[in-house]
Amino acid sequence: MADTASNTIPRAAGPNMRSQLRRLAPFFGTPLNAALTVVLLWLMARFGWLLLDWVVLKAAILPAEPETCAGTTGACWSFVIAKSGQILFGIYPPTERWRAGLVCVLIITTLIASARPSAWRPSLGLVWVGMMVIVLWLMGGGFGLVSVPTSSWGGLPVTLILTVFAIGLGFPAAILLALGRRSKLPVVRTLSVLFIETIRGLPLLSLLLVASILLPLFLPDSLLPDKFVRALIALTIFAAAYLAEVLRGGLQSIPGGQSEAAEALGLGYWKTQRLIILPQAIRIVIPALTNTIIVMIKNTSLVLVVGLFDLISSGKAALSDPAWPAPSTETFLFIGLIYFALAFSFARFADFLERSGAEKRG
Amino acid sequence: MKNAESQKERGAAIRIENLGKSFGDFQALRNVTLTVAQGERIVICGPSGSGKSTLIRTINRLEQHQTGRIVVEGTELTNDLKGIEKIRSEVGMVFQHFNLFPHLTILENCTLAPIWVRKLPREEAEETAMHFLRKVRIPEQAGKYPGQLSGGQQQRVAIARALCMKPRIMLFDEPTSALDPEMIKEVLDTMIELANEGMTMVCVTHEMGFAQAVADRVVFMDGGQIVEENEPVAFFSSPRNERTKLFLSQILGH
Repeated sequence: MADTASNTIPRAAGPNMRSQLRRLAPFFGTPLNAALTVVLLWLMARFGWLLLDWVVLKAAILPAEPETCAGTTGACWSFVIAKSGQILFGIYPPTERWRAGLVCVLIITTLIASARPSAWRPSLGLVWVGMMVIVLWLMGGGFGLVSVPTSSWGGLPVTLILTVFAIGLGFPAAILLALGRRSKLPVVRTLSVLFIETIRGLPLLSLLLVASILLPLFLPDSLLPDKFVRALIALTIFAAAYLAEVLRGGLQSIPGGQSEAAEALGLGYWKTQRLIILPQAIRIVIPALTNTIIVMIKNTSLVLVVGLFDLISSGKAALSDPAWPAPSTETFLFIGLIYFALAFSFARFADFLERSGAEKRG
Repeated sequence: MKNAESQKERGAAIRIENLGKSFGDFQALRNVTLTVAQGERIVICGPSGSGKSTLIRTINRLEQHQTGRIVVEGTELTNDLKGIEKIRSEVGMVFQHFNLFPHLTILENCTLAPIWVRKLPREEAEETAMHFLRKVRIPEQAGKYPGQLSGGQQQRVAIARALCMKPRIMLFDEPTSALDPEMIKEVLDTMIELANEGMTMVCVTHEMGFAQAVADRVVFMDGGQIVEENEPVAFFSSPRNERTKLFLSQILGH
């Protein structure tokens, strides 16, 4: 027994080592490949070291005071630490920042809780409506809380609210527009096409400017919604038009036999769409939907042109403090990291949805 | 003769009178008149483009007729949506390409319409679904998705799905045309069983063996018209019309 064992081990090691060597072949197989590998490794090591040096080794971190950064050649993280409240919450009154923080926690928790397919029941819609109402109450105040006008809202909560509301309201609208564009009723179809093509033809920037500058010229003050609401409406209709076209692609790819079978069973138009067509169409366009939604998350930063303080404008405002050197790279890296976390986790979620669908159909 | 008279007394399941329909310039149906009695089993055959599929699809309004009238179980098909939905919930249909819902399990395919149209409680709908899945001999597939089943199994699920609505009439639109040869028998056996239980059936098919086994009448269509109709023995042994003879020689010839 012991003999056979000691015999098999060295024999097994031979092919093993060879197979490991074979795995290196793409990198060192030819002289050119070997040279490229060496050069790239050297570059990676060189820049990796520079980055590590700047981000960690030479960085000024604590205490979070202006003096810490004086004379450092590394990153000035103490600024980001000292100003994190202002970057995250903008000009929201500092004593009320806990409310803005709570809003972020509430939105993110609701998003995570909604991610499991087992949570997708009609009651989830009620949870979302409830969440939106609580968020508006926490941010805006009233009913026992100090009132904070939308002009003082800022930072991460603004980015999250704009994203979630624009997509949360834009998605149902997009479904109606996509169905409308395929409707047999000429009036519905024409209106849907007109809306989608007009909005798609305009840059988001111009929509935002129309909403914030032109509308006040035409509407009396009493009819004019708040600037924040106007920007939100612009973002929502923009999202709706784009998402509608993505959804239409999905609707067109469902064979006609599906709605025929549903109708033959006595399901009416709306039940057929809701139970048979849309679930299949949406699953097909998940990659394109993900793309559009990630673009929408980042598009919210454009509201800075109409004077709303989203995450990026709050960061810029924080940088203008004369007491500090203005370490804009560090600040924007920090903000970039937040955007990346939002977009990346959404992309992972979409990936998970796609795979769970593929497994099901076997 | 006596049998035919008593069928008439029980009233017609489907009454089609002078039906006409065209797609643009193409006249798909010309002046078609056909009455199907309760419990009667009709097989419709004919060359492709003869209008047989269009005819069967007008019965549950998947196609809209332009002239003439159709009365199904006492309700006339008009633009009235209530009437259309009532008829559709009483008329089951099986398609050439099965048209199962790929995102739902076999069981969910069968319970969807009973729950959403008939408003049955889920437990009851599932019980009914399992009953019919046993009947078509695939209860063990209930938890799978349509993509995991063979064509023959999918078509049997489609039959079970239609039966779950407890229809009074079943329409079959070339139910075996998309199947591999070795799977045709299992579907036909299911249909024969159904016919023997007295279901009113209208079936577009080229399976002449099936027609001989279960049909009360065979209807031959060509050019959007009913050319000839007769009971199966007479239809196959002594066709009267030249076009029927040609058609029969073509499909029975090989």
